Parts: sequence; structure tokens; C-alpha cells
Amino acid sequence: MDLFEYQARDLFAKHGVPVLAGEVIDTPEAAREATERLGGKSVVKAQVKVGGRGKAGGVKLAATPDEAVARATDILGMDIKGHTVHKVMIAELSPEIEAEYYVSYLLDRTNRTFLAMASVQGGMDIEEVAEKTPEALAKVPVNAVDGVDIVKAREIVAQANFPADVAEGVAEALVTLWDTFVAEDALLVEVNPLVKTKDGRILALDGKVSLDENADFRQPEHEALEDKAAANPLEAAAKAKNLNYVKLDGEVGIIGNGAGLVMSTLDVVAYAGENHGNVKPANFLDIGGGASAEVMANGLEIILGDPDVKSVFVNVFGGITACDEVANGIVQALELLKSKGEEVTKPLVVRLDGNNAELGRKILSDANHPLVQRVDTMDGAADKAAELAAAAK
Amino acid sequence: MAIFLTKDSKVIVQGMTGATGMKHTKLMLGDGTNIVGGVNPRKAGTSVDFDGTEVPVFGSVAEAMEKTGADVSVLFVPPAFAKAAVVEAIDAEIPLAVVITEGIAVHDSAAFWAYAGSKGNKTRIIGPNCPGLITPGQSNAGIIPGDITKPGRIGLVSKSGTLTYQMMYELRDIGFSSAVGIGGDPVIGTTHIDALAAFEADPETDLIVMIGEIGGDAEERAADFIKANVTKPVVGYVAGFTAPEGKTMGHAGAIVSGSSGTAQAKKEALEAAGVKVGKTPTETAKLAREILGA
Repeated sequence: MDLFEYQARDLFAKHGVPVLAGEVIDTPEAAREATERLGGKSVVKAQVKVGGRGKAGGVKLAATPDEAVARATDILGMDIKGHTVHKVMIAELSPEIEAEYYVSYLLDRTNRTFLAMASVQGGMDIEEVAEKTPEALAKVPVNAVDGVDIVKAREIVAQANFPADVAEGVAEALVTLWDTFVAEDALLVEVNPLVKTKDGRILALDGKVSLDENADFRQPEHEALEDKAAANPLEAAAKAKNLNYVKLDGEVGIIGNGAGLVMSTLDVVAYAGENHGNVKPANFLDIGGGASAEVMANGLEIILGDPDVKSVFVNVFGGITACDEVANGIVQALELLKSKGEEVTKPLVVRLDGNNAELGRKILSDANHPLVQRVDTMDGAADKAAELAAAAK
Repeated sequence: MAIFLTKDSKVIVQGMTGATGMKHTKLMLGDGTNIVGGVNPRKAGTSVDFDGTEVPVFGSVAEAMEKTGADVSVLFVPPAFAKAAVVEAIDAEIPLAVVITEGIAVHDSAAFWAYAGSKGNKTRIIGPNCPGLITPGQSNAGIIPGDITKPGRIGLVSKSGTLTYQMMYELRDIGFSSAVGIGGDPVIGTTHIDALAAFEADPETDLIVMIGEIGGDAEERAADFIKANVTKPVVGYVAGFTAPEGKTMGHAGAIVSGSSGTAQAKKEALEAAGVKVGKTPTETAKLAREILGA
């Protein structure tokens, strides 16, 4: 989960990373009081989860509380690269800046370790720095057991060639940033820019944090950081039912068991769609191992509730789960939906293979539901689902 | 022959007495796995009856190894306790730890991986978030269904559980030497490369099927490895061509970030290494069949 800048700022502050004062607001009028609290001047910063805010006009100085209201009025509702601004941060004005740096910690999947990255060329797109002047970006592996203490932080600072007068200040900031990374179960913490001010302070002026949702069990405060308003309503409904669902932009609803098989199903449907009016998968939905009638009903309910969906492809390989249980699940799910008054009107193509497939297929044949078709191969079923979606388009 | 797991493997189960552990211990026993114990400090000294097979419960991995000679542990420990359980297995220096658990925090898996390294990597870790591995007809360590296929000449390594099952099913008449599910998390122990190297060295594997998915660069690195080190034919499949950027597709590690981790890049890297890559699982199975003349 990626956070907004103001949320990153709050987490930095909590763990001792030096930041300026700032608060988030969502109405122009609130900018006045917030700016007054900062002594009458502020920076009004659009809160969007995308880079390049400054260039897009999403960051403005306000010399008075009135000006802050005016700037907040301009920025709230603005579109920045497809992201609508719903919140702005009213931040303390930075003291005059002498230099801008870059520091971050992230997971290095390739080497199965954490990585510190640091550069004295901050304030710009770090991917650009990495590409054009790779020697200016130090990459220092950090062992997850050893972590970053002040000695390790000095090593990072030395490798990135920070000037001597800021070395110790940056090293101290790196230790607190590591504390944030670990304590919050983050996958990424990034400060860009980390600045040296004329009065000699080291400050984190902007930051990015991405959190590991697998750690939610020990991070009860993270739930409040979710941007529930921005979530797709179908994705939110699926999440509430503990379903692993991603909304896509096609017409064929997909239900399957196992993340890999579902990803593969999306691809196979997209290929089949090439022969049927270019229909595409409408979603990713993994109902996992069990596939009980209830889970199947929940999944079908979400997918049938998607107005983009024209046909549904249920693709199940019975591993430990037996296909007869899955078939019963489908039949019961359709009855369950009917009893809830939800008329199913979209055609379903079901492919069952693996454990007890014959029994499962027989159950579907016997149930003889007018909207359910059995196709016994994955590629064939994908083709049928795409054809039905194209016909209904 | 087989890789990592044979009929001689002595298997213990960490988390055996939980619901998932009980269910799968029973299934593993049914597949002929030599399960010599379970681990649960609160139930040490007791035993569990699986349809007439008494499996003793030990207080620790070290104790279980000392008393039974166990050399493989399968872990069904919930995410919150998984790190401690893996560290215990590493401390006991068990040669193979198969971590089935899904949903382990990355900081925990990075920590136990680093810990394994600091202890000299005496324990091979498979997973986490994986279905484990099976050597058909000999032993099953994990949750792969034991009745899909029979012993044979194909070696399989995969990030995905259900695609492993699908592929074993497609090629069930030919059979498999071993099938290894390495897991879909961002940090995993055993990689495609480790399994490829083991299959290359296994005289009873004639062809290797490698299944990848979006996220990271494991498939690209495996392609480099194949080019330099693998003489046996390799057939590949990659899932996730239609996955949008920035969205996690079920597996924690299955995410395209910017332009990196795409299925297209993985497919191209594998093809450049001489791997035949199928468009669908069925087509991939067909390619394997053609090469084997079966």
C-alpha cells in the first residue's frame, strides 16, 4: 500500500526523521487556520500518489493565510496525471535550501536483501539519476538481521560521497529512516529531497512510503491509512469479503482457484478475445483452495454486480479440493443468489479439471442450469466465454 | 532419482497439530511420505493417530531430529509465528525446510533468509507461500495432490501452486521426476536457478518445465543460467501478460512495477536462452510432449 506524502511525513515524525510541521486538509477554508498555526505563511501541497506535482502546479507558496485559501482553492479538485486532488497538505515553509539529496531503503528482490540508496543529486527523479549518472547513486546492501546503526549509516554516507559538513547529520537521519522502515513493516521508505538548509539543518522535505499488507496483523494502525474513498467500489466490496480481486477493464468475468492459474486464465481469455471482438478479462478473482458454496457465491455476486461483465468464466483445477465439491458450490451459489433475489442473467462457462472432475461435471450437467455451460478444457472454455461476451457486447 | 526429496527422506511437520497441518499430514502419509514426527512444544510427548499411523510430537525441531534422524521439515505455521519456526529449523540445521505458509511479512522472510545465510546456509529453504515439492511415488512434502501423476522423466519448477497441478495434469501420462513449487512471495529461499541446477544434475530428468509469473527478475536470471549451464531441454510458461502495472495479482510478489517484471520481458529472455515458451499451459505441455516424442 502506497501512502500519501502527509502520511509518510507523519510516520517519519513518529520515528524521529527530521521533518517540517504540516497538516492535511480537504477544504480551502481550513487552509487559513492551518497557515495561521504556522505563523502566517505556508506551502500548499497537493496530495496525490504520483510524481511531478510541482511541475503540474500542485505545489504553491502562500505568503498569507488568505493566499493559502486561494492556493488551496486552485489545487483542490485539480487533475494531476489522472489523479484528482482531494486533499492538500499545509506545510511549514522550509528555511533556505543549500543542497538537495536523496535517500531510501527498499527491498532488493534479486539479492533477497534490503538496499540503502543514497545520492547527493536529490530533488529530481531518481530513476533518471540512476540511468544518466549511475555513479552518483550509491547502492548499499543492508542485511535484514544486522540493520542500520550509526556505523552502517556512516558507511552509506561515505559511499554516496556526502560532503563532510553534512555527513553526520545525514547518517543520523538514515538511522531514524531505517527505524521507520522496520517498525512500520515498509517495503519502501524514500526521502526526496533530503535537504541541507542554510542554517545547517538536515530535513526530509518530501517522502514516499509503501507498506507491506502481509504485516497488517501486527500493524493495527495501518488500516486507517488506507485511501478507502479512492478504492474501486467492486474492489472494496471484494476486500470486505476477504476475496482476492482486482478490477480490470474487459468484459469476461473471471473466477478461479490459485493466483497463478487465475493470472494464466486472464491471459488465455485475452488471447481467445482476439478472435471474438477483442473482448478482455474484466477482473482477477482468486477464490483460493476451499471454494465452498459461500465463497463461490460471494465471488459470483461481486462479478455479476460488475456492469462491464458480459460473460463469466469459472476456471477450477481441483487439487486437494475435489471438483464435485466445487460443482456443488457453483450450483448452491446460484441458488443462494436467487434466494437473495438477485437474478443471474449472464452466461457462465465452467471448466472443471483434476480431482473428481467427472463427478463435478456430472453435477453441473444434472443441475442443467440454463445459463451454465460446461467446457472441459481451459483453452476451449476461454474461447466460449469470449465468444459469449462478444455476442452480448 | 529425484531432486531434494526421496523415499528415504524423513519428514517432520512444524504446525502438524493445527487444522491445516493435520489435514495435510494425513494426505502426505497417504502419498507414502515417511513422516517421523510433528513439532509443538505444548504437546511434546504426545502422539497423533492418522488412520492407524502413530506420529509422535516433539518439543523442538532439534529434538525431533535427534530422536528420528529427520532431514526435512514442512511448515504449516501461521504467518505471525513463521519466522520463529523457520529460525528454529535453521538453528537445528535441518537440511530442508519447506515453508507452506502464505502471508508472511517481507521483513520476516528477509530476516530468516539473512539468518540462514549467517549460519552458513546449511538449511535449504523452499518457499514461503508455496505448495512444497513432490517426488511422485516416493515422497510428498507439502500440499501438492499426490494422485495427479506418476513417476516419470519431467522435472518441474514453478512459482505457482495451481499451475503446477495444471501442468502435472496435462503431462500426467509421461510423469515427473520431481515437481517443486518455489512460491510467489517477493523473498523466497530456493529459486528457479537452484531447481534447474538440481534437475540438470539429476540423471532421471530428461526435460525441465519452468513456470514463472510477473514480478521481480527471477525468470530473466534463470534464462541466463539456462544459457550457460543447462544442457537438457527446458520448456517455459509465464503467467500475467494481461496484468496491469502496479497491481498485486494474488501472490505478494506478482506485481509489475513500472516497466520491470513484465511477462513479455520474461518470455523474451527465456526464448533468447533457447527455451520454448508456450502461450497457454496446454500449449506448453504440447511443446514438452513434442520434445520428448511422447
